[in-house]
Amino acid sequence: MARVQLLRIAHARSGDKGDTANVGLIALKPEFYPVLVREVTAERVKKHFEGICLGRVERYELPNLGALNFLLHESLDGGGTLSLKADAQGKTYSAALLRMEIEVDSLPG
Amino acid sequence: MIRIANGQGFWGDSLEAPLEQIRRGPLDYLTLDYLAEVTMSILQKQRSRDPSAGYARDFVEMVGRGAADIVDKNIRVVANAGGVNPEACRDAVAKALNRPGIKVGIVAGDDILSRLDDMIKRGVELKSMDTGEPLASIRPRVQSANVYFGAAPIASALAMGAKIVITGRTTDTGLVLGPMMHEFRWARDDWDKLAAGTIAGHTVECGAQCTGGNCQVDWQGIPDFADIGYPIVEAEPDATFVVTKHRGTGGRVTVASVKEQLLYEMGDPHDYITPDCVADFTTIQLEQCGPDRVRFSGIRGKPATDLYKVSISYSAGFKATGMLAYSWPDAYAKAQAADRILRERVDRLGLKFDAIRSEFVGVNACHGPLAGEPSPDIAEVGLRIGVRSAYRTPVERFTKEIAPLALNGPPVVTGLGSGRPKVEEIVAYWPALIAKSEVSPQISIQET
Repeated sequence: MARVQLLRIAHARSGDKGDTANVGLIALKPEFYPVLVREVTAERVKKHFEGICLGRVERYELPNLGALNFLLHESLDGGGTLSLKADAQGKTYSAALLRMEIEVDSLPG
Repeated sequence: MIRIANGQGFWGDSLEAPLEQIRRGPLDYLTLDYLAEVTMSILQKQRSRDPSAGYARDFVEMVGRGAADIVDKNIRVVANAGGVNPEACRDAVAKALNRPGIKVGIVAGDDILSRLDDMIKRGVELKSMDTGEPLASIRPRVQSANVYFGAAPIASALAMGAKIVITGRTTDTGLVLGPMMHEFRWARDDWDKLAAGTIAGHTVECGAQCTGGNCQVDWQGIPDFADIGYPIVEAEPDATFVVTKHRGTGGRVTVASVKEQLLYEMGDPHDYITPDCVADFTTIQLEQCGPDRVRFSGIRGKPATDLYKVSISYSAGFKATGMLAYSWPDAYAKAQAADRILRERVDRLGLKFDAIRSEFVGVNACHGPLAGEPSPDIAEVGLRIGVRSAYRTPVERFTKEIAPLALNGPPVVTGLGSGRPKVEEIVAYWPALIAKSEVSPQISIQET
């Protein structure tokens, strides 16, 4: 077993809807998708975003795109124009998720 | 096959992009998205001061600069530039075109601000989709209320011969689906095709964000950002399509760049709800079918709902944000000390806020606690501090407490802005749903 940062096996994009941020996580190669499905659970994402995501995390699977979509509720200090955050739209949460480390059988080539 | 371009991803996007789109290669349609969620309230304010204002002036300027190409090349233009005053936008566009015999269509009827009281009286609650509260609770503070229409009225305006279609509040995706429905005569209940056109619209609605802009895969290898090409949909009657860009432009269209945009602002991917249909993003099949060409197929859709979404904006208090930059040595410790001092001073002044928030730029403004501790030797740290209140007075007073820290707090500091921060009025967003039977699009065509 080895630990790998998501940055090496996935890319991502994030956006907002009100006080909810969404993070789309996309496998860089098709063989990485099942690893993402197994390791990057809603529970782990909620824990990863501790202190940022104050609500629940929902996960949706898009096997056709090799992607997962996460909804991070109550994550944008009220969201939209109410938010006092510099990143009121969660644009940088994509990269924040890529900081996560997961267990893999072997390091990707 | 028809070629539908996006030339504007939001109001504030590149002024040159739409002109590059019409000049650097063949096009049938140019679409432009100008309206963000709270744009309508700004436009309502402009209109209340000047009855001939309240639309996206950038669009009129674009039409003026591009008129010769638009007319000579017979490019049709579809834009939600009408804001809260599509009629005035049409008149300005007609003037900017400065050519006779061109049909300009408008889609209006989305503005329900003047009907709100009657609706509430009849029991139309317009509950917030976020909180479930009825609109009556904030009615006196409402500044704008607009229904999101879809592609159907745009298709109708095109069928009536419009060369330019100007709408008020319309979905971004409808700007692209509308031309497809018109050209291919798609039935209004052919859900799979409408879903495909909706997904084409979603892919290009943010301009260059699908052609390499903001793309995380090999960003350093993406060619010529300075001349990035905006997206073009090559649509087929069978509802398959290719997303590409003009030859010779910068940027890159790949399965990766397109996937990122597909997931942008995504909720439940099985149910992407628009006025036209419900699109299922889990059915999309992508294929790199050439350099800078991604082919979409297999898209499935479901019937439209009997509701429209309503975009309501309301006044929600005041806020201000200030910034100071602290330099090495001990940059982070100094910025943290300044934050404590500032908070103590506003406390002593008895100022009360609904929220006060400090972020340290260079340390945690993007990723919060995930970023970890900075290097003790960090070169500089920005203290960014903001407050929010229902009242202007305490926010106004707060803005005057930041600059003094340059002389009467921790050393070595400089301002990153210019002077005192501005007090901003907060215009918040209230999304709601309304029965489709309550409103109907008003389509009209005039010839220049």
